[in-house]
Amino acid sequence: MMNSMFLVESLGVQNWTYILVGITFTIYIGIAIWSRAGSTKEFYVAGGGVSPLANGMATAADWMSAASFISMAGIISFAGYDGAVYLMGWTGGYVLLALLLAPYLRKFGKFTVPDFIGDRYYSKTARLVGVFCALIVSFTYVAGQMRGVGLVFSRFLEVDINTGVIIGMIIVLFYAVLGGMKGITYTQVAQYCVLIFAFMVPAIFISIQMTGNPIPQLGFGSTLSDGSGTYLLDKLDGLSTDLGFAEYTEGSKSMIDVFAITLALMVGTAGLPHVIVRFFTVKRVKDARKSAGLALLLIVILYTTAPAVSVFARTNLIETVSNKPYAGVPEWFKKWETTGLITFNDKNNDGLIQYVADKDKNELVVDNDIMVLANPEIAQLPDWVIALVAAGALAAALSTAAGLLLVISSSVSHDLIKKMINPKISEKGELIAARLSAVVAVCVAGYFGINPPGFVAATVALAFGLAAASFFPAIILGIFYKKMNKEGAIAGMIVGICTMLFYMLKFKFGWFGGGEKADWWFGISPEGFGTIAMILNFIVSVIIMRFTPEPPQEVQEIVENIRIPSGAGEATDH
Amino acid sequence: MTNQEKAKAYWKENIRYVLILLAIWFLVSYGAGILFKDTLNQVKVGGFKLGFWFAQQGSMYVFVVLIFVYVRLMNKLDKKYGYDE
Repeated sequence: MMNSMFLVESLGVQNWTYILVGITFTIYIGIAIWSRAGSTKEFYVAGGGVSPLANGMATAADWMSAASFISMAGIISFAGYDGAVYLMGWTGGYVLLALLLAPYLRKFGKFTVPDFIGDRYYSKTARLVGVFCALIVSFTYVAGQMRGVGLVFSRFLEVDINTGVIIGMIIVLFYAVLGGMKGITYTQVAQYCVLIFAFMVPAIFISIQMTGNPIPQLGFGSTLSDGSGTYLLDKLDGLSTDLGFAEYTEGSKSMIDVFAITLALMVGTAGLPHVIVRFFTVKRVKDARKSAGLALLLIVILYTTAPAVSVFARTNLIETVSNKPYAGVPEWFKKWETTGLITFNDKNNDGLIQYVADKDKNELVVDNDIMVLANPEIAQLPDWVIALVAAGALAAALSTAAGLLLVISSSVSHDLIKKMINPKISEKGELIAARLSAVVAVCVAGYFGINPPGFVAATVALAFGLAAASFFPAIILGIFYKKMNKEGAIAGMIVGICTMLFYMLKFKFGWFGGGEKADWWFGISPEGFGTIAMILNFIVSVIIMRFTPEPPQEVQEIVENIRIPSGAGEATDH
Repeated sequence: MTNQEKAKAYWKENIRYVLILLAIWFLVSYGAGILFKDTLNQVKVGGFKLGFWFAQQGSMYVFVVLIFVYVRLMNKLDKKYGYDE
């Protein structure tokens, strides 16, 4: 007994990580083999018979990426109140999905988002614009996921980042290619369980440590457990202002920008193809509504915990390092220093760590991405909890990567090959094409993971902006405005995307003469500009529609038909 | 009622639900969490300033409730018009 306890104690973080990652990966592969796809319908929409709960869990795992799991709490802990744009932006979109999109798209009953755009607007051009947007959005996303996989592997298993990316690629390749949507859906159910457990356990531990309250959502509004009677948030506001930062609960972005970013992220969420396609996999229209609700509930468990983690982590960080001698820093500090994600530069040579807002005097730079990963170590939690976080981060990154790869492969095999290039392709041929496109997509994603383009962070925002500026208005008008025609929708999508691209390129990459913050239109950052581009899309669509012919009668009948929930049938090809 | 009238009436009721729920959606997030944040921050509930709480917690809880309310309303409406299955 003593011996085995000793063994558990001495396993160390690294062995624990091997064990937990090994177990979870075996589960994913087992599920993939059990649920491999036999037809295109199983490959694209998991056969269309997924229960609302399973679909909700899969959607939640698909949605919560490495960015949600690893980066978000870190970003919030440095941004304070302003971090709310991500919290509200990435959850509020589900209300739009459930009320405005999911039930009708499910009734429509096709395989992909470009399918809807192409059929509703009776035009190949519209479908092509849809395919183009779906590919851009998904590729920019998936590159970021692969980088997350590499990051986790390199830190916790101490392998090279590139080796980490390749291991991740092989795993995803295996179950995405074999299982298609069916395999992905059931692996994502398992991945949701792993990632939510991994996120909650350390959060609960730390909440008890700091405030004595086991519920993190309440803990960060409670008083400190040191008996001082001070509220945690008041203390953090105090620490922040002492060091010259803005008050944590106030933030520093302008109100109009916070407004615009939140709206762009919400609308972008509701327009993302890999989210929308989820609602094609359930049986009935009422299941689509319910499963959007379940997905959001499961997402909100993590999203309401994240801001608590941010507060705990930020307070812990300041207390552990601020004005402490560099020679005496804990072990985790040194470990993360070797990855380059913490850097310390003793500018005034006093041997102490000055962590302040003033850029000239600040000596410590901490990367957003490590707050969640390092948090259990900072709080001195047991080794198995630290290892669990690694397994959770991998689950988050892999599940999202797989969902995106599926959108890419179905855009190519279904929308491009089957619907545009070779309509006569057999069911078997299409399935092979789908698998091959998934292989190519994994390789491209892996390439970007190994050679991350410097613009990854910027392009993720672009992905939301693009989805907001293109898909969202076209789908909404397609459902709620019977008279909207192809001329209006295509013009709207093109104007929306081009305006968004122009603004991003100008203010993010310095093209077209570049520009500073002071030059932003209406004081709105590129991240929030999707809102303006979306409004423009709506306006252009409606104006063009007024001067062009009405849509054909049968299209108007389709619109009337999708508004009625009964008789949804199964997702079909024709 | 003919089929077409029935579909029209169903759609009208649906739109009314959607508009009411979206108004609440807007009020808790953009209203309480952003536009009126500073006023609400004058009020403190436990350690939370109220505006801050709406932005980082409250709005998300309301979002979940809104979807489930919509699910219930629509299930009832589907039954009323015989569209449920």
